[in-house]
Amino acid sequence: MSTSVVSTGTEGKTWGGGNEPLQASYGKMMMWFFIVSDALTFSGFLAAYGFSRFKFIETWPIADEVFTHVPFLHGQEHPMIYVAFMTFVLIMSSVTMVLAVDAGHHLNKAKVTLYMFLTIIGGLIFVGSQAWEWATFIKGDYGAVQTKGGNIIQFVNAEGHRVALRDFVVAAPTEREQLERKDGFWFQKEGSLPTYTLNDVISGFDAHPDMLIRTQTLNEHGHKTVLSRGESLQMLKNNGKHVVEGANLHENEYGSPLFADFFFFITGFHGFHVLTGVIINIIIFFNVILGTYEKRGSYEMVEKVGLYWHFVDLVWVFVFTFFYLV
Amino acid sequence: MSAHEDNHAHDDHGHHHKETFITKYIFSQDHKMIAKQYLITGTLMGIIGVIMSMMFRIQIAWPEEPNVLFEALLGKWAPDGVMDADIYLALVTIHGTIMVFFVLTAGLSGTFSNLLIPLQIGARDMASGFLNMISYWLFFLSSIIMVSSLFVEAGPAAAGWTIYPPLSALPMAQGGSGMGMTLWLVSMAIFIASSLLGSLNYIVTVINLRTKGMSMTRLPLTIWAFFVTAIIGVVSFPVLLSAALLLIMDRSFGTSFFLSDIFIQGEVLHYQGGSPVLFEHLFWFLGHPEVYIVILPAMGIVSEIMASNSRKPIFGYRAMIASILAIAFLSTIVWGHHMFVSGMNPFLGSVFTFTTLLIAIPSAVKAFNWITTLWKGNLQMNPAMLFSIGFVSTFITGGLTGIILGDSALDINVHDTYFVIAHFHLVMGISALYGMFAGIYHWYPKMFGRMLNKNLGYIHFWITAVCAYGVFFPMHFIGMAGLPRRYYTNTNFPLFDDLANVNVVITIFALIGGIVQIVYLYNFFGSIFFGKKATQNPWRSNTLEWTTPVEHIHGNWPGDIPHVYRWSYDYSKPGHDEDFIPQNIPLKAGEEELQH
Repeated sequence: MSTSVVSTGTEGKTWGGGNEPLQASYGKMMMWFFIVSDALTFSGFLAAYGFSRFKFIETWPIADEVFTHVPFLHGQEHPMIYVAFMTFVLIMSSVTMVLAVDAGHHLNKAKVTLYMFLTIIGGLIFVGSQAWEWATFIKGDYGAVQTKGGNIIQFVNAEGHRVALRDFVVAAPTEREQLERKDGFWFQKEGSLPTYTLNDVISGFDAHPDMLIRTQTLNEHGHKTVLSRGESLQMLKNNGKHVVEGANLHENEYGSPLFADFFFFITGFHGFHVLTGVIINIIIFFNVILGTYEKRGSYEMVEKVGLYWHFVDLVWVFVFTFFYLV
Repeated sequence: MSAHEDNHAHDDHGHHHKETFITKYIFSQDHKMIAKQYLITGTLMGIIGVIMSMMFRIQIAWPEEPNVLFEALLGKWAPDGVMDADIYLALVTIHGTIMVFFVLTAGLSGTFSNLLIPLQIGARDMASGFLNMISYWLFFLSSIIMVSSLFVEAGPAAAGWTIYPPLSALPMAQGGSGMGMTLWLVSMAIFIASSLLGSLNYIVTVINLRTKGMSMTRLPLTIWAFFVTAIIGVVSFPVLLSAALLLIMDRSFGTSFFLSDIFIQGEVLHYQGGSPVLFEHLFWFLGHPEVYIVILPAMGIVSEIMASNSRKPIFGYRAMIASILAIAFLSTIVWGHHMFVSGMNPFLGSVFTFTTLLIAIPSAVKAFNWITTLWKGNLQMNPAMLFSIGFVSTFITGGLTGIILGDSALDINVHDTYFVIAHFHLVMGISALYGMFAGIYHWYPKMFGRMLNKNLGYIHFWITAVCAYGVFFPMHFIGMAGLPRRYYTNTNFPLFDDLANVNVVITIFALIGGIVQIVYLYNFFGSIFFGKKATQNPWRSNTLEWTTPVEHIHGNWPGDIPHVYRWSYDYSKPGHDEDFIPQNIPLKAGEEELQH
């Protein structure tokens, strides 16, 4: 070997061995590639959503009419206000996460603890809000009737404002009673009966001559088409199938069932990510308090969960845009 | 930190803890042991897959004739030895699933990426041995679930390996759509997690853990292939996960993502608005890159073996890398060529035709480079080399029909016929299998410290090669004649009566080809104990794995990790005594590094 020139030929170049060409530890890089992979899973969902929505572009529910509720303000309509608040909270939790990572670079344990705590609180508020949003969506608002063709018809007054079923329908006394498990040996669970039957709705509609029916088809102005009184009566009596209240995976009072399917699935999948993030943040939070990273001399774990947290926020920005804004 | 200290830092976690049987052989975190675990599991799954193919080939050749084999293996699925139509579909489905995912993805990539990445780049182990172990055990779990689905009362999944809805989405659609399909989906979800963990490890290990001097342009092509394969895996498998999760929602929770208005037995189901074509898009966004996940590692292995056994530098090293990258990129934008007859917009079809035909360019570059590597080489014939040459042969044969199938106007005529079966079995099935065999014959001494028997290897290769062409060449013709794939029997169609004899010929070749694998299995398992002891560098190769001791040690190299001074293809370099110069030999005074 003494006659050899001992030179690897790469001195001074990017790669000299034993270092990190991208200035990132393997753990951080794994998190980045995991994020790439997870981003593609979400892309798959959002692409599927776009595909289905464009298929029903004529009849897709209008988000401004669906997400109008704000906690404690019953009966008032404030489209998008609450989801804007949720989004703000989630983005602020990203900011506190950045501050935690920054404090970690300065090995400032007290500040990391504080900002991690604030991040966790932000995440919890978001998950809680989402649960509330789901509950409201499931419970529904005005109620509607599904036609034999699977379409949704809704009820409006002469001014074009929507009217809830409870405001014009009177439930007729019915012989039908919903049994429960304690009532019998042979018990098959059924979904809860709607508050009103189709006949209740028809008689209520007959009794209010100024009411009209709105179909799910959008007209050229981007509004739902409103039928004339004659058409409305005919539509309800000939095509009405059953009453729909709220939303679930089979049907939804706002329009296409796919709207609810995708809403539940994608926000659910995202909510699952946020919840996972919160749990991981809590673990890291306690590690910070116990001084694990102080002993290690590096708060890189905070940085790694930070990457995940920012990713979850970024995904929400897309989900928010596609479900609520456009 | 200097590289020197760094090496010792790595030593620390390597040598000092005691190993029990469990940590050494079962929950091992050593990449070499994990590679062997992948290989053995993949081999066992392969045996199941091959036996299945032999069974349904018998059914195709002698439709509905009683067979003792069926009675013994299929039990209630073969009353009086006549194969049931449902189990035929299930066998086809599970054969495809097992061969594509469990043998040629996990078995091939899992084995050789794990074995070769740390050894060839000069690393003590994978970046995270723990995640690597988890990756293997998730793969093992998913294998167990997939195999256990064979024993479900109503039969395993039978919707084809592509599991198109509604057969896969409606539990009442057919026998295998119930519990069998559920287990299929669960198994695949776990498989995807396993593949993700494995891929993350491969990628970061290649980026961060290369030894001093091992620049990206000195990497052996094996590593390039594994690296890019892992990236394709990270990009495409998650989309299959999306499809699988949406499908699970449709099956179990009543959503309508992939289901539209459907009547079953006069009853209207509540589904409305979904689209099975959506599933096809999501599935094939994985499905097409998946064939490159299968073939790229084989390409890398073949490149390495060909250069080493031709005693010549690989021809067009940079062109090889560029074509790997080009294939990886193109693989993600061609999925629509599987869907020309699905009802997709014909204009979109022509776009996909264009992108698909582009793949011919990098593929041809690779094929020409292999041939020119052989050209005027000092060829060393051994089973690994034969399988590599066989790989190039089947890759070209199968690739040429790819040009026909990639063109929407031509594809429509032969879509879903045996022509397609012949095409993809040659170009990705047999080719990747040859790559895997080549790799096993070549690196067996590295894995087990012993040599495989050469003569048995020759018998294995020649009979396999003849049978592979004997099976798949005639399939082109019966495919052109219109024989559809996945049919339980063709006796109902007088049109196909003339083809019955061809099917008998194919089946006879398939049976011989399947049975001859026993020679290989005997060689493989026997040589672990009785093979000739291997020397340190039996093939006189340049790459770093041959600088490690024959006996495996944790941490791979007893002393420091070798430094690298040259690329891995310095074969027959003028001015040297030997016709190979390992990568860790410094340049001589006045020696120029080959401009590659």
